[in-house]
Amino acid sequence: MSMINYASREINCKIVYYGPGLGGKTTNLEHVYGKVSPSTRGKLISLATETERTLFFDFLPVDLGTIRGFKTRFHLYTVPGQVYYNASRKLILKGVDGIVFVADSQMERMEANQESMQNLYDNMAEYGYDLTKMPFVIQYNKRDLPNAAPVRDLQAQLNPGWEVSDGARQRIAPDPFHAGENLVEQIPSGEWVERATYFEAVAVSGDGVFDTLKAVSKLVLKSLA
Amino acid sequence: MPVGATSWSFTEDDFGAINRLLQRFLYDSNARCALLVDRSGQLVTTVGEKPNFDATAFATLTAADFSANDQLAKLIGETDFNTLFHQGERESMLLADVVRRVILVVLFDNRTTLGLVRLKMRQTVEDLSKVFDEVFSRGQSGAGKPNVLADADDEIDRLFQ
Repeated sequence: MSMINYASREINCKIVYYGPGLGGKTTNLEHVYGKVSPSTRGKLISLATETERTLFFDFLPVDLGTIRGFKTRFHLYTVPGQVYYNASRKLILKGVDGIVFVADSQMERMEANQESMQNLYDNMAEYGYDLTKMPFVIQYNKRDLPNAAPVRDLQAQLNPGWEVSDGARQRIAPDPFHAGENLVEQIPSGEWVERATYFEAVAVSGDGVFDTLKAVSKLVLKSLA
Repeated sequence: MPVGATSWSFTEDDFGAINRLLQRFLYDSNARCALLVDRSGQLVTTVGEKPNFDATAFATLTAADFSANDQLAKLIGETDFNTLFHQGERESMLLADVVRRVILVVLFDNRTTLGLVRLKMRQTVEDLSKVFDEVFSRGQSGAGKPNVLADADDEIDRLFQ
């Protein structure tokens, strides 16, 4: 639920990092925290267990610049990835403006990724939000690991695309981040589908972290424009 | 079905009206400070003694606190808890729901009493509800101020170059 404050000239938006446990959601926020100038970010708040597993959420506010004289302030949240924390996970989605799904690329985590993606769709639907019409970006994390699944397999499993029924939108939309790929296209069965933008990342070293954040923030601001 | 969470905005007039209500409330209740936080965790305004803590983090945790308590209420068969009270040795805080969209948080110390703060808060919540009902109904009808980001695509692109 973005909030525009004309008195303090601020636009506040909420972005949630979602995904399976130990996938790197908190690591994404820690990297942003470490790299952004302290003058443009707030404290990183972590409600975690003593073993540093996220219990409720992590939170980091960052300012990404000024548009039309309004400061754009993004509140970044992570959810606890572990399956049994669904009640807390759902609470964090309240009022969300944009979603980053952090998938764990390791082959043996494919099922956990799928389960978490399904859980995301379910929780969003319970709030009455339609994920396919919202700013939504997928990050394939841990690309440096030897057991990382090929991106095309991850795409097939986690980002197969949703049907585009609006005739006006049934035209090829190239993916600006991956040459030769499309975000909206017609599949061989004749159906038009749209996929979420995706990024490859190694969050521990910071690769792809800012690309992901920039992409989702831009989508959020454009959704308000 | 809404696409996602609806966005809302408030003008300087709304802001002035809200702040006047809160100032009056602080004066009547002798509380130190009042904060308004929206349910998604964003700070709307702070009135009274300037908080010497990180107000952004405070707002986020307040919204989380309220959301968690809503779920606790449901588990015991209540629809919600519309006020919460946290008592400390010197500082205490009272939180109240305003039209299910905003939370009023009041910080007070031993210069006043819980009874007085609670009493004065009731009227303030009613008054704030009227202001916010109008703010949110305007948001839904799409009336009010023009969208600040309308046609700002180029500027947004430049921001992320």
